[in-house]
Amino acid sequence: MRCPASFERLAALLILIWLGGCAHPAYDYSSFKESRPASILVLPPLNSSPDVAATYSLLSEATFPLAESGYYVLPVALVDETFRQNGLDSPADIHQLPVEKLRQIFGADAALYIEVKEYGTRYVVVASDTRVTAAARLVDLRSGKTLWAGAATASSNENNNSSGLGLAGLLIKAIVEQVVSNLADKAHAVAGVTANRLLAAGRPNGILYGPRSPLYLKDGSPTP
Amino acid sequence: MSRWPGTICASAALFLSLLAGCAHRPPPLYYWGSYQVQVYDYFKGEKDPQAGIQALEADRERARSRGSALPPGFQAHLAVLYGKTGRLELMAENLAAEKRQFPESSVFMDFLLRKFQPPIADEAPQ
Repeated sequence: MRCPASFERLAALLILIWLGGCAHPAYDYSSFKESRPASILVLPPLNSSPDVAATYSLLSEATFPLAESGYYVLPVALVDETFRQNGLDSPADIHQLPVEKLRQIFGADAALYIEVKEYGTRYVVVASDTRVTAAARLVDLRSGKTLWAGAATASSNENNNSSGLGLAGLLIKAIVEQVVSNLADKAHAVAGVTANRLLAAGRPNGILYGPRSPLYLKDGSPTP
Repeated sequence: MSRWPGTICASAALFLSLLAGCAHRPPPLYYWGSYQVQVYDYFKGEKDPQAGIQALEADRERARSRGSALPPGFQAHLAVLYGKTGRLELMAENLAAEKRQFPESSVFMDFLLRKFQPPIADEAPQ
């Protein structure tokens, strides 16, 4: 009962593919590790997509991935309300505020600046594609330094059987929103997946785990 | 299957365990209920705050019965909804609860508590 050599080669190949999939060029986390923020202020996202709903769709999905990664996330609706009561209702103006001012009012260690680049459905011949793409930058409010930056996209047309990440994202989504009743709001559902890909710790080149996570200080090493 | 000797099975098992290692996630830190849905509804402005209060209070009850923690911002959001319906004492109570659960929120919660000092706080006989 000799093992066919092809099987051994296949097994070796699979392991190599796995290793290749996990090894990414390492993000430089030195500022992040120096700062180690505990709380994050998510500012209303800038929106360069044509759909005005994008800002608040992304903003309302940002808490879950950050909080489950171990951060305190300031209550997003209350933060937005506070800006409005001070005459600030445009994300562009809010993103220009000095970091010292944000730190003084909200007491957060870091602020997250998100920009939504794509949001909505495109119709291509017979199919439609609902896609949400966003980029984010985490800035220390004590030093003004950028700690991390990243981008992510999600689409309704992803083949979830061949994409482990897509499936994981959708599973998380299903757990969070067991009570989704309005299936028409497809872009918002896709935005939830984008937010998780963009902001959950433990992903390649993603943010690091925060102090409330059991994985705090255990990640971000070049070779885990 | 019997044609596959131990090395193959061992390789396959190793590969699967590596995959599992890649996909490993710890259990959720919080009971989320409908919190993010309520936040989205709030932003859309299409729902009565009272409906949001009922949904979140029911979530709070479920979290309590499971012994799970509420997520960051949950009680502060409930406070906003109570504020919208004019129940300032419940608003202050929930802001204080957010601060107790998450000391990281102290600066902002204190800022809000100073701003919305409930006028009846001193009159209430204890």
